[in-house]
Amino acid sequence: MKALQLDLCQCGTIVHIVEIQQCCFFRNLVYSLGGLLQDSLNSKIPMLAYILRRLWQMLPTMAGVVVLVFLLFNWVGGDPSYLLAGKMADARAIANIRAQLGLDEPWFVQLWIFVKQILTFDFGNAWSTGEPVSHIIASRLGPSLTVLVPLTVLETVIGIALALAVAFVRGSLTDRMVMVACTIGMSISILVYIIVFQYGLAYKLGLFPVQGWGASLMENLLRYATLPILIGLAVSIAPTLRLFRSFVLDEVNQDYVRTARAKGLSERRIVWVHVLRNAAIPIITHVMSNLPALLIGAFLLERFFGIPGIGREVILAVERSDFPVIKAITVYVAAATMVFNLLADLMYQAADPRVQLT
Amino acid sequence: MTQHHPAHPNHPAASPGLWALAWRRLRADRVAMAALAVVLLFLLSVLLSGAGLVAADWEDEVAVNYAPPGFLGPDPALAALAQPAPPAPPNAFDPLAADLAALKAGLEADPARRGRAPAVKAATLPFGADKWGHDIVKKTIKGGQTSIVVGLVAALVAVALGTLFGALSGFYGGIVDDLFNWFYSVFTSIPSILMILTVAAVLQAKGVLSIVLILGLTGWTGPYRLIRAEYIKHKAREYVMAADAIGASGWRRMFVHIFPNVSHVALVQVSILVVGFIKAEVILSFLGFGVPVGVVSWGSMLNEAQNELILGKWWQLAAAAGAMALLVTAFSLFADALRDALDPKLK
Repeated sequence: MKALQLDLCQCGTIVHIVEIQQCCFFRNLVYSLGGLLQDSLNSKIPMLAYILRRLWQMLPTMAGVVVLVFLLFNWVGGDPSYLLAGKMADARAIANIRAQLGLDEPWFVQLWIFVKQILTFDFGNAWSTGEPVSHIIASRLGPSLTVLVPLTVLETVIGIALALAVAFVRGSLTDRMVMVACTIGMSISILVYIIVFQYGLAYKLGLFPVQGWGASLMENLLRYATLPILIGLAVSIAPTLRLFRSFVLDEVNQDYVRTARAKGLSERRIVWVHVLRNAAIPIITHVMSNLPALLIGAFLLERFFGIPGIGREVILAVERSDFPVIKAITVYVAAATMVFNLLADLMYQAADPRVQLT
Repeated sequence: MTQHHPAHPNHPAASPGLWALAWRRLRADRVAMAALAVVLLFLLSVLLSGAGLVAADWEDEVAVNYAPPGFLGPDPALAALAQPAPPAPPNAFDPLAADLAALKAGLEADPARRGRAPAVKAATLPFGADKWGHDIVKKTIKGGQTSIVVGLVAALVAVALGTLFGALSGFYGGIVDDLFNWFYSVFTSIPSILMILTVAAVLQAKGVLSIVLILGLTGWTGPYRLIRAEYIKHKAREYVMAADAIGASGWRRMFVHIFPNVSHVALVQVSILVVGFIKAEVILSFLGFGVPVGVVSWGSMLNEAQNELILGKWWQLAAAAGAMALLVTAFSLFADALRDALDPKLK
């Protein structure tokens, strides 16, 4: 961070005070209570005050997610007791199941049950397998992360390197060819990448196991997760490169680049040192805020390669109409998305001293 | 940007409008025109197959099972199947033989039946056949019809919703704005693919309509954000205040006065969403949450092709994947060019 500040001063940039536009929904409601908090804390620990205020602002959104999921499953979805009771159910069996699920209670009691389930991490057992939902989520997280962490790191590093290289020759034929290749690469369905690579590299050539999952982390990383990670990389590098290139190009036209050039720095140094440090800010926040969506986004990889992760669990739950699993995953992923957005904003502030938290 | 209404036929002196200028810019872009030609070709095939003029008979079993494409030559193992089986010798012990022969003669005499199952099945087809001997070219056209119609209609639904919400939110502001912003933050905090799968789990009825609804109801957030910003910008402009002064109602100002000036944003959003929705439909149908059994789409073709690939029959995969990649590439290139042409400031 110090280096960044140095860099900015070195280049003689006029330091702008950029304010991030915060999403302050229900501003009036939130401000009346949040304002009190702010006054007492702002002078002493502004960061803590900011975090507390953001967490407070998440409450209405989280409440909305809970109500939306509740409405989807209890109103749009119809009565699941017919589903659970099977084809040859009599009226009494259905009544029993309704009582067991609390479906004969008024809607506000049912909503309260749902809120209690969320707060206590206890969604009961999955309908299809009887496994506790909390155990499903906890045990499926590891395999998902085994694929996602290396994938995200590699994708970000390669994406940054390629974006800077392409920005270095911006406007040239190479740049345009790479962009067209990206558009074509993005147009091919992820299904085709998976089917073809799995068939060619794993089934025909035998370079990788076709599918499977082991017990130890190293075995999984080196043996089973390698091909999924490579395919994930092939699929995601095109959109990532396009996005990162636009971040880099935003920086290339800034004043400090002109100053650096006027000082006689080499083009290479300008791109790899000055531009990279500044373009890294939106890149980091983008990667951060996208992490929770990736957890589900890798579902096709997990399904094809038999990786017991969260994404595959969602697909299985949809296929089996296993509502408690889907409800739990939806609510928690939404909460994770909000928290990671907050983390992304905090990192933005940490990386860029011009940004003030409001 | 100046405020033009798109059609001013009675104003001979008027300067060229937004649309005319955009079209001029678009026409100068050769890549965009080539992409537009490809997209129009696909849309033409959708119209023709929708009208039943093309590929209406895709379900005919015109070739042997897995007939290879013409350029590979017939598969010797399958060629034997192409010949009609020699008539079985009369079986003295079969009590139904006479009835069966009569039935068969009746079927062959029926002109409506004769077209559907030719006596001699082709050993090869231009791009091969699937497991049941359906022509892959016709099947790809028919599958494209489903995928493209779903993508287009869902994108229109999503942009219509986004425009309506964005217009109300941006134009009225205040509590209305807070309410829709709350909706927006709720919908965007659930990752879209999870949202789509959740709604797919809840909706028990499978069909083309429900997948249009799933995609349309979950995809409105992107257009909403942009349209809302446009309405905030436009509502304070002089032409809107003038409309207010002559007594135009809120709805009239929103949709008669302002909308023509922001419609280019909506159009660009449609072109971007179509691409995403076609991809999403293919994945949903592949997983079996999309089109019902009996309806062919590029996703259901990929699903069949996955198993065929292990047998070495790659042509259905190549046809569905290639057609989709061609359309989506052309559509993305066209969408990029359209955005640049309609909003040159963005470039």
